[in-house]
Amino acid sequence: MAQVTYLEAIRQALFEEMERDPTVICIGEDIGVYGGAFKVTAGLLERFGWERVLDTPISETAIVGAAIGMGYVGLRPVAEMQFIDFIACAFNQITNFAAKSFYRWGAPVPIVIRGPAGGGVHGGPFHSQNPEIYFVHTPGLKVVYPATAYDAKGLLKSAIRDNNPVLFFEHKFLYRRIKEDVPADDYAVPLGKAAVRREGKDLTIISYAAMVHTALEAAEILAREGIDAEVVDLRTLLPLDRDTIIQSVKKTNKILVAHEDTRTGGIAGEIAASVCEAAFEDLDGPILRVTALDAPVPYSPPLEERFLPNLNQVLEAARKLARY
Amino acid sequence: MAARTEPRMAYPLTREQHLELYYYMKLNRVLEDRLVILFRQNKVVGGLYSSLGQEATSVGTAYALEQHDWMAPMIRNVGSLLVKGYRPRDIFMQYMARYDSPTRGKDNTSHFGDLRVRHVVSPISMLGDLIPVMTGVAIGARYLGQKVVSMTWIGDGGTSTGAFHEGLNFAAVQRAPFVLVVENNQWAYSTPVARQVRARDLADRAKAYGIDSYIVDGNDVVAVYQTAKEAVERCRAGEGPILIEAKTMRMKGHAQHDPAEYVPREMFEYWKARDPIARYERHLTDHGLWDRAVKAEIEGRIEREIQEELEFAEKSAFPPPELAEQDVYCDASHAIEPRWERPIEEVMPPRASVKAKWVVTDFGGLDQAAAGVTLARVSGDGAKPEKKKAATKARPTRTPARSKSRR
Repeated sequence: MAQVTYLEAIRQALFEEMERDPTVICIGEDIGVYGGAFKVTAGLLERFGWERVLDTPISETAIVGAAIGMGYVGLRPVAEMQFIDFIACAFNQITNFAAKSFYRWGAPVPIVIRGPAGGGVHGGPFHSQNPEIYFVHTPGLKVVYPATAYDAKGLLKSAIRDNNPVLFFEHKFLYRRIKEDVPADDYAVPLGKAAVRREGKDLTIISYAAMVHTALEAAEILAREGIDAEVVDLRTLLPLDRDTIIQSVKKTNKILVAHEDTRTGGIAGEIAASVCEAAFEDLDGPILRVTALDAPVPYSPPLEERFLPNLNQVLEAARKLARY
Repeated sequence: MAARTEPRMAYPLTREQHLELYYYMKLNRVLEDRLVILFRQNKVVGGLYSSLGQEATSVGTAYALEQHDWMAPMIRNVGSLLVKGYRPRDIFMQYMARYDSPTRGKDNTSHFGDLRVRHVVSPISMLGDLIPVMTGVAIGARYLGQKVVSMTWIGDGGTSTGAFHEGLNFAAVQRAPFVLVVENNQWAYSTPVARQVRARDLADRAKAYGIDSYIVDGNDVVAVYQTAKEAVERCRAGEGPILIEAKTMRMKGHAQHDPAEYVPREMFEYWKARDPIARYERHLTDHGLWDRAVKAEIEGRIEREIQEELEFAEKSAFPPPELAEQDVYCDASHAIEPRWERPIEEVMPPRASVKAKWVVTDFGGLDQAAAGVTLARVSGDGAKPEKKKAATKARPTRTPARSKSRR
């Protein structure tokens, strides 16, 4: 096994799936000759040729629309949004065309839409967003947001093999910052299954994407204070793995949800409601949230720092919860 | 690259084909007349959309497609659906929201399709979105080695959408085997076409994408068929995409609730005198293609068919309520099987591997344009345009050199 970055893990998944299955093709802006804005698709064109790696006009609606059409003839296209913020331009194709196709007339849309998301890199309001929740609210889609290199590769493989439209969010802060051993041979991580990243008995921190690492860091510090925190990585937001969440609640009786998405209408609210419905009697304290501010993602470093949730906020919330 | 109003080649129709065109147009009309009655009897759930006056465009264009070609109808393309093999019962049951309808009551109107046999893609209500989707169908099928063409329709109002632009532009750069039929029926709900588009001819939009276009009398079914046939076969030969503007008229309101009082009476009268079915009946008579007995036989057959199909439709139950939560997702047991018509080795390494470099022959300067530098400005996009471009250069449809107006 070799140590690979989160970004390299994604590239490996694309490479291996294209090698394995001739119906897998990539489509997006500047993904071919240039290799993608973040070089995620570097080398794919050389290897697989012009017909399988398509550089497109700046037309997100056309990219997603064409991917849907390719899916109808039996292909499994992977469409890149250069930054996931631009997925808003393809909103109608995704939520009205792709998401409802199988339900309405039995036509599966086996496509993946992937791209770099998230803040912490001073990208400003249009290169830092976490728009996942718009799509979590759309039945028919699947929404995946990995936190580790191993998962990024295994989840992307599952996404490509899935018969439904899967939105695959890649946290750009993690692209080259995290590394781990990733098997060179084929493996897949199932969609819709959360992972317990750290076992604990006092409280549960539920998170996903880059915030998982903040949660794990917090858990180490809390452990030194005598608070044994469990950390759950959702990995897939839709379908949401409520079973793993409820199991953890039943074990620790206290939860806080930490996500980089903004607060109002974020997945934390859905998790809180689900826990109240299924395990209210098991709760020993309020369900707390640590999230970004309800604001656009600002550009200047002190502003973005204020906007994003951080380690101290997670620690404070956990300590407060531990006191119940 | 001005729009053509006549196809270059004649695509002769046999007598049987002439009569078949009549059958589909008349079936389309009788079916919709019956739907109006059902609507008044409160048997139609929701709105009812009419294609009265546009039957020639729907039928003539779809008739140019082969069985393996793909199409995606819009709301007024009942005729196209009939040509592609759907039956009146399917349309009745869609409107009546019954369990045996193609969508099992989950969606209405022409919102249905069939990937496996008829190769029909369902529309959604948002206009323009089928254009990139059918472009994807076209280039996806081409990738699999299939010699198929995809076709969809859009109204005059729908050409104002962003999806129209993105889709057609993408189809153009990909040289997709894709035919776009712009049904200019003069009205987008209550808004006249002149408030949608400043150009008189919507075919002019094609120029902006560097693609060929035709203008056809949308109420002349033979002209529509011949134009569509030429466009389809040219696309099949690699000359796509192609836009066809069919000039026609929506003879009713946007939907059944809308009396269309905003349309001047004279305009309805103008187009009523050009009714596609009455005109085609005269054409068949003038050319000795039928007589009274043949006409009566076809009309009788349609009456019986409509009656039987409606009886079937009315017997169908409403869907069971629990269907509402079923099939939101497609599970892994559902087989997705592409139909390869080329050796897979061609798209796999090492044969697929290339040098990832653009070859640019036109640096974009004015002097190069004046010197007539070839149209194949960039190669490496996999569409192999160079030879075809050279071969089509002499065609009368193309202006010989790039004129100033193109810049």
